[in-house]
Amino acid sequence: MDYFLMLISAIFVNNILLAQYLGNCPFLGCSKEKGVAFGMGAAVIFVAVMATAFTWIMQKWVLEPYGLGYLQTLVFILVIAALVQFVEMFLKKMVPPLYKALGIFLPLITTNCAVLGIAILVQRKEFGLGMSLYYSFVASLGFTLALMLMAGIRERLIIARLPKSLQGTSIGLVMAGLMSLTFFAFKGMIG
Amino acid sequence: MSIVKEFTKGLWKEIPPFRLVLGLCPTLAVTKTASDGMGMGAAVIFVLVLSNVIISLVRKIIPKKVRIACFIVIAASLVVSVELLMQAYAYPLYQSLGIFVPLIVVNCIILGRAEAFAAKNPVLLSAADGLGMGLGFTLSLTFLGALREIFGYGKLFGAEVFGPAFKPFTFMIEAPGAFVCLGLILAAMNYLAIWQSKRAGLPEPDVAVSCGGCRACAIGESKQIIQEG
Repeated sequence: MDYFLMLISAIFVNNILLAQYLGNCPFLGCSKEKGVAFGMGAAVIFVAVMATAFTWIMQKWVLEPYGLGYLQTLVFILVIAALVQFVEMFLKKMVPPLYKALGIFLPLITTNCAVLGIAILVQRKEFGLGMSLYYSFVASLGFTLALMLMAGIRERLIIARLPKSLQGTSIGLVMAGLMSLTFFAFKGMIG
Repeated sequence: MSIVKEFTKGLWKEIPPFRLVLGLCPTLAVTKTASDGMGMGAAVIFVLVLSNVIISLVRKIIPKKVRIACFIVIAASLVVSVELLMQAYAYPLYQSLGIFVPLIVVNCIILGRAEAFAAKNPVLLSAADGLGMGLGFTLSLTFLGALREIFGYGKLFGAEVFGPAFKPFTFMIEAPGAFVCLGLILAAMNYLAIWQSKRAGLPEPDVAVSCGGCRACAIGESKQIIQEG
């Protein structure tokens, strides 16, 4: 039950993008086509779960025993950057079809604040390893959902006649606001 | 002369969140009140100026292939020092900014300016660029924060603005308000830019693209690179 509640909460109520404002750059940058949005979302799920696992182990086995908690930010970003590099090389060599699908998104993910954000959030919430992995999975699932919905809306917006000054990111943000308002309504579901 | 130019472009012509559309996450997240926005801006100024100076100093030593990793390490070390400084001297601010202090590392402003400016220019110019961009970022955050605070709480920097009869417009301080406000401000900035260049008889400028159209988000471009390579 607890896990189910967390699923609903992480996807709808506290959506990482629309309620916690993490990962806006890819949200606005990669939401022009549904295919691109799906690839980006899948890559984020993949990397976020792996990054959470590695950073959790680093935090609990290295940083905390040696009293190096203040280096968290530095270590986490390095772990994520290195991880992304390794994943890219591994996929290229071992799983070419997956590399073809996710390859172009991987380099962009190092600087995606959703990944680092999730890794830090699970530390601040003091989850165990299993819970951390689950949370990172559902949170990035929520990210993917928001990204896909946004891409769907934007594909429609191309046909719409907009004033020049509203085009591009500007209308994207307004749309994100309306989506956020819709997701806001889910707050009533879980008290 | 050109130092002044590099400094002032960050304040209006290339103001980071509104014209270059850099660093949206903190712009949306920590602008519930004007003072939060200002605090975040101050932290970003610190990191941005120092990272620009350091990167500009070592720009000839860094091999081109690993430059992004080097930029990230430099920025991360600076962010760790900001975290420690804030914990020591501004703990309430550190708590209200929450997770967004460590996330300065992945703020596109830092990497964007390092890549676009500091890696190609001498130290003084880079410092001026960092200071201007940082100040522009702070101004924008304070402006958006003030806007949301005035309508959302009826206050400005904690002081009452409207009389007791004012009913707070809660929409503004919640997430949807942040998105819509920023979107409309962007539209207004685009409108102004178009109007200005029309009056000067120049061709219409491009509307603001996300993340200043930086390479990290230019999917189309990297697709080409992959296909070619």
